Amino acid sequence: MDSFLSYTFIGLFTGAAYAIAASGLVLTYSTTRVFNIAHGAVGMVFAFVYWDFSQRQHMPAWLALALVLLVVAPAFGVFVQRVLTRGLGSQPIGVSLVVTVGILVGLIGVATQIWPPASRTVPQFFAGHLITLGNVVITWHQVLTVVLSGVVAGCLYLLLNRTRIGTAMRASVDNPDLLQLYGGRPQLVAALAWAIGTSLAALAGILLTPVIGLQYYDLTLLVISAYAAAMLGKLTSLPMTYVGAMGLGILQSYAVGYLPSAGNVAGLRAVVPTLFLFGIIVLLPQAPLRIGQVKGLVSAPVPTLGRASIWGGALVLFAMLLAVGLSTSNLLLLGTAATYAIVMLSLVLLTGYGGQVSLAQFTFAGVGAVAYAKIDQPNLFGLLVATLVAAAVGALVAIPVLRLTGLYLALATLAFAQLMDKLVFQASYAFQFNNPLHAERLSVLGLKIDGTGSYTVMMTIFFVLLALGVIAVRRGRLGRILIAMRDSQAACGTLGLDLRWLRVGLFAASAGIAGLAGALFAGLRGTIVANDFQFFASLLVLLVAVIWGVTSVTGAAIGGVFLMYLPVAQSDHANIAGLLFALLGFGAVALGRDPNGLANKIFGFNSWVVDRLYPALAERYPGMALRSRTDEWDGAVDGVDDESLAASGTEVERDVVVAG
Amino acid sequence: MSIPILEVVDLHAAYGRIEVLRGVDLRVPRGAVVALLGPNGAGKSTLLKVISGQMEQTSGDIHLAGVHVAGAKPDELARLGLTTVPEGRSVFPNLSVEENLQLMSYAGVPASQVLDTAYSYFPRLHERRYQLAGTLSGGEQQMLALARALTSDPALLLLDELSMGLAPLIVDELYETVGQIAQTGVSILVVEQFARTALRIADYAAVMSGGRVVATGEPDEIGSIMADVILGGVA
Repeated sequence: MDSFLSYTFIGLFTGAAYAIAASGLVLTYSTTRVFNIAHGAVGMVFAFVYWDFSQRQHMPAWLALALVLLVVAPAFGVFVQRVLTRGLGSQPIGVSLVVTVGILVGLIGVATQIWPPASRTVPQFFAGHLITLGNVVITWHQVLTVVLSGVVAGCLYLLLNRTRIGTAMRASVDNPDLLQLYGGRPQLVAALAWAIGTSLAALAGILLTPVIGLQYYDLTLLVISAYAAAMLGKLTSLPMTYVGAMGLGILQSYAVGYLPSAGNVAGLRAVVPTLFLFGIIVLLPQAPLRIGQVKGLVSAPVPTLGRASIWGGALVLFAMLLAVGLSTSNLLLLGTAATYAIVMLSLVLLTGYGGQVSLAQFTFAGVGAVAYAKIDQPNLFGLLVATLVAAAVGALVAIPVLRLTGLYLALATLAFAQLMDKLVFQASYAFQFNNPLHAERLSVLGLKIDGTGSYTVMMTIFFVLLALGVIAVRRGRLGRILIAMRDSQAACGTLGLDLRWLRVGLFAASAGIAGLAGALFAGLRGTIVANDFQFFASLLVLLVAVIWGVTSVTGAAIGGVFLMYLPVAQSDHANIAGLLFALLGFGAVALGRDPNGLANKIFGFNSWVVDRLYPALAERYPGMALRSRTDEWDGAVDGVDDESLAASGTEVERDVVVAG
Repeated sequence: MSIPILEVVDLHAAYGRIEVLRGVDLRVPRGAVVALLGPNGAGKSTLLKVISGQMEQTSGDIHLAGVHVAGAKPDELARLGLTTVPEGRSVFPNLSVEENLQLMSYAGVPASQVLDTAYSYFPRLHERRYQLAGTLSGGEQQMLALARALTSDPALLLLDELSMGLAPLIVDELYETVGQIAQTGVSILVVEQFARTALRIADYAAVMSGGRVVATGEPDEIGSIMADVILGGVA
């Protein structure tokens, strides 16, 4: 009984901290429609700031706390709202997810750069003060947390329901333009909401730090609990959020107390919030289709198959050249790049064409790798099985959330990745803890591809074939349906298209491609460990894919090379490793609004030369024989993506780079 | 003659490269009701958007009560006494009626007074004060929208297509209210496609076509030439 009571108190404490974090999340979401994936990262950074103020600079705890909560955090919140997430609420959900994931990665980068890994402790508030109830001991810190959560909940309720600015906050979600006509200031309202939300994230982080330690990732991912709580309140209801947070805290505490700490389900204790989140998302009533939301993205041009094959062939030839010239370690890197590129290809299909965001692509790759290693059939059959297993797992994730769209689907994948990380990959039927799996190199039709060079070339060939497949899909009927689905699900519904199974199929196909990449990767490395497929890598894949262009195959190719090079650069320049992360994250924030990414800029280069540079040069040097194109529309339809045509007016023919 | 409450001089505005307003000249005298009529795509709503600060003109001037306003934001204009009721249902659907009314106090009138005035004009709103505005009928929503015009004591009221999607009986009722507002001395610019309804309460009328004001005059004169204007006779 005593242990039960003390677990309950611990649960109340964690629940209270979750409630604080979750109410901040709800506040920012319900006023600006931006779901801040980085909410936990914000809490993490401010826990570090608090440590810096109170421990390193020896400020009194109350002063440090006041500085963080009333000055630094709100200022940062306003900055995020004004600069990073402005106008995101009306963008497609994928864009706001990518931008906030970018903020998450960027903040982790900033934290590691400013506060390099070291052992740091933050004492509890009123350390040493205890309350004893019978045999149960409660700290003042815990009591303070519970009290604060109540105060926060009460104040927020009053703010939102009893004050004019709070009413304006809720009004600005409905219609910010109208609020302006009323005389309200939507920007001010949004800034205030973000300032409060950031402060609450900081408070939750600071309160939790003495208990779970000052870590980059633990605090960041802790927010999953807050997501779960906020989901229970459907991201709008504060009281339900509070209930959810408290319930989750207690549930988690009991899980720690009463679930076995060894064996295959040992990981279960760590994933209670994730399971909770998954459960709530699955049970959530169907979100209504948002109509009047036609936000068609202008896609990168899609090349003809012939042109794509030529570029693909060139890429394979280039890989062959490299295979002859490079050392084994560099070839391994090249193979890794090919792996990443294939994973990004799966995102081109899923996110670029289908408009769905997945935060678990690398987990699917991990599933493929484990399947490939476990069945121990290093041939095309084994590869096929690995692909199918990954695809089946992908479908399995997609089916329960079939009814849901955008944000919920993305969060479900996030929960799934987390589950796999903590539960499945650690179990004895997969990697176990720190236990590498062995995999053989692939043999194709009886021909064993043993050399690292030839294996790398083969991976490149796989990439090219898959890329051609993706392009073929995009050019066909299916591709048109995908684009239509991405642009407006409601419109598709009125046309009588049943998109549910298409979405599952899309998810499965994408997971399958990622699984194939994982299997090939396993063969390349020979040994694989769970760390190769960590959840965090999936976030990086998404960001890099968006930066380089998630709507084109070229973007995937360049992105793969870039992502391979990132850890290399980090180990070469260890002193700025965090900065590189930050650059990547905030790069995604900057470029996330244009999912066509940098690759699309490359596509535009050729026509820029012909349309802008040639005429300018011809004017200056009349003698030069420059071929300027005539602005005619003849033959425009042949082999040119109609979307891109509509967007770029006068461009008649497009020269397209497929793979580079 | 006194300074008009609104004077628009040679106003141009464009959506991207498409010019919608091509030199609009319009005056709303103090205390007058001006009906702005014209076919679809004439630029009426765009003109209101520019006047209310939601859109920026490419050239031309707007004077409000003799003061040249340029680059003013809609919320600043709203606080200075310009009340705009945009087309469509201009209420916040996820707020209760009472909360909608509370937000109207941004225009400068205390919230309690706003509530009193609104409920005395529209007792039906009082019955439904705790109901979400999105669950009201179309006519009731427009009442709520008009309540802002009633309660905020505006210097100039801009009304855009009050009748949109409403039954004729309800439209008549709403325009009766507009007439009452006009009698309290508020200057009003009404944009309306249904000419007859608007002309009934108007002191003056102007007709827009192709981004310009092509005719102005007394309601009777305009009423008699409307058909020609719509069919392209006057230009």
